[in-house]
Amino acid sequence: MFNNYNPINNIEFQILDHNGKIVAKDMLPSIKDADLLKAYKDMLFARTADLQIVSYQRQGRIYTYPPNYGQEAISGAVGSLIKDNDWLVPAFREMGAMLAKGVTLKELFLYFMGYEDGSKYSKAKRTLPISVPIASQFLHAAGLGYAIKYSKDKDLVYAFVGDGGTSEGDFHEAINFAGVWKIPVIFIIQNNQYGISTPTKMQTASQNLAIKSIAYGVKGIKVDGNDYFAMYKTLQESIKICESGEGPVLIEAVTYRKGAHTTSDDPSKYRTKEEEELWDTKDPLKRLKSYLISKKLWTDKEEEKIIEQYKVEVDRQFIEAENYGPYPKEDIFKYMYAEMPDDLKEQEKEYERFLEWKASRTK
Amino acid sequence: MKIMNMVNAINDALDIKLNEDRSVVVYGQDVGVEGGVFRVTEGLQKKYGADRVFDSPLAESGIVGTAIGMSIAGLRPIVEMQFCGFIYPAFNQIISHAARMHNRSRGDHKTPMVIRMPYGGGINALEHHSESMEAIFGHIPGLKVVAPSTPHDAKGMLISAIESNDTILFMEPKRIYRAIKQEVAEGKYTIPLGKANVISQGKDVTIVSFGAMIREVQKAIVMAKEAGISVELIDLRSIYPIDKETISKSVKKTGRIITVTEGPKSFGLGAEISQIAIEEAFLHLEAPPVRVSGFDVIVPLPKGEHHYMQDPYKIFYEIEKIVKY
Ligand SMILES: Cc1ncc(C[n+]2csc(CCOP(=O)(O)OP(=O)(O)O)c2C)c(N)n1
Ligand SMILES: [Mg+2]
Repeated sequence: MFNNYNPINNIEFQILDHNGKIVAKDMLPSIKDADLLKAYKDMLFARTADLQIVSYQRQGRIYTYPPNYGQEAISGAVGSLIKDNDWLVPAFREMGAMLAKGVTLKELFLYFMGYEDGSKYSKAKRTLPISVPIASQFLHAAGLGYAIKYSKDKDLVYAFVGDGGTSEGDFHEAINFAGVWKIPVIFIIQNNQYGISTPTKMQTASQNLAIKSIAYGVKGIKVDGNDYFAMYKTLQESIKICESGEGPVLIEAVTYRKGAHTTSDDPSKYRTKEEEELWDTKDPLKRLKSYLISKKLWTDKEEEKIIEQYKVEVDRQFIEAENYGPYPKEDIFKYMYAEMPDDLKEQEKEYERFLEWKASRTK
Repeated sequence: MKIMNMVNAINDALDIKLNEDRSVVVYGQDVGVEGGVFRVTEGLQKKYGADRVFDSPLAESGIVGTAIGMSIAGLRPIVEMQFCGFIYPAFNQIISHAARMHNRSRGDHKTPMVIRMPYGGGINALEHHSESMEAIFGHIPGLKVVAPSTPHDAKGMLISAIESNDTILFMEPKRIYRAIKQEVAEGKYTIPLGKANVISQGKDVTIVSFGAMIREVQKAIVMAKEAGISVELIDLRSIYPIDKETISKSVKKTGRIITVTEGPKSFGLGAEISQIAIEEAFLHLEAPPVRVSGFDVIVPLPKGEHHYMQDPYKIFYEIEKIVKY
């Protein structure tokens, strides 16, 4: 399959078209109805949460947040296939994949409310915290991949970056290392057309992003990232490649950031309504929904009902996070080192003396 | 005169230099079409064209490294690092080349460029958006590092930085980008780099600070005044080169010195300034120099940030202690 979709030919792999019609029947992965429905619902849940967070942010109940809106099928397909023992290496726009690993919404809320505790995942195994310095996490993924190969384990690494991230040196070093080491890492570029205000065509003169794989001697593919089936099939094939020792793989998942870059961004400064409307017709959930309805697996009524349930659940976890309580001062010191230096202990004590003094003065 | 905040003042300085000097170019992530995430470069691409004000690919090392090449060729690039925490991919280019080219080529190649970078905390930001790591940069031989605390200073200092034949790291206190408005002279003026500014005269204690912390110190000075303590406030403005003369003159007068900085304590700017006081005014000191600084920890996320930041009480607490020493 990767040969048929060699990025040099600049074809985008698609199975489910914008109208919810299957256009590459022979490629359609066999997924049980129940599993497909679960995947759709997971994406719907992620979208419901995502939209709700933006409104919490407007109400001043959470700080800056980068919406996932419009990109759910990429994380959704990873979520369907990633195993407990596989590593997830996120950037910061992969809510669905994180939830699939077992990160809770509450934990994500805590993080965006400004608690480091939100990066300590109580249930999710082998999930790295959100990485803000663009593309830096790609190298960690290569290191994790090396460790897997070294231990002769069968696990995989799923790593994420944005289109903008492909300009950073770390991106290139990671793919290069992984290529040299032949390690089981699936590198996923979420090409959502922008890095903040900068369009992908200003990041690179390459005709697509997947093509960068060729220079590093690794397999690459450009895929419609708003097509759950195409994403699923691509990942399935990538897993096979990695398992046979032929990894890594570089996937360019073409999508669109329907929301703002973050809640402090105003997209009207750099893109048009027409463009947004065009991409709206390619929405990943709309597409899968039409397909499910045509297969009599889903109805509008069910959807309305379940969204109401999801909203309640999102709100429940949000309020739990809101009631998390004050931030204990010792927490700023306690995790700095595995073994805390004496001087740092002394700084903490000095801070306590100051707080006592302050309390006595501000009574 | 025109009322401006620091964003307006920096924009004005860029505008003036772009207008009068064809060798000036401005680039970085999102600085062109969008005018920067803080809108500092807003309107400049429209006015001067996309070959002079433009968006770069997302790569800090690329931005600084290419600016070195441009500056060697005679341009005067002004590049933006989107946030203080994202300058590190460019560290190699800064420390290995920008700071060394002049010396390496025995003065043959100059690197007259400005690296602008919003720094500092107190804005409820995500990780990596709140650091104040001036000490790391002040430690690099060959690099000059400055940080204004007012719109007036920002404009005059930036024009000086652009006109300088050295590489200047221009640190912008984003917390007060829009918080302070004042009358700023229209047209061109410069403020020499390397000169501190005595903001208020006093006789009991000298406080040396810079950037966004100046405002916090001023609040503490009001508290001190009520307690009958008179504080002299020095706005350093330039981290390197550092104005030893202004510091030592003041310490000789007051006999006491407190430094107020946002960065972590150890190996920080406070230690450098204290040592200057010891070297230059040892016999005048009536108490050991005191550092009010961050702890040696990562700047906490918003919910814990108040534990880290210097508030006026923390400063007043030390003022009270030092006069009683
Ligand atoms: C090293 C680094 N430089 C700059 C930034 C500021 N920044 C945050 S997101 C972003 C754009 C990222 O674009 P892309 O990689 O396409 O990811 P997207 O946000 O579109 O998901 C930038 C420049 C950063 N976080 N890290
Ligand atoms: Mg992007």
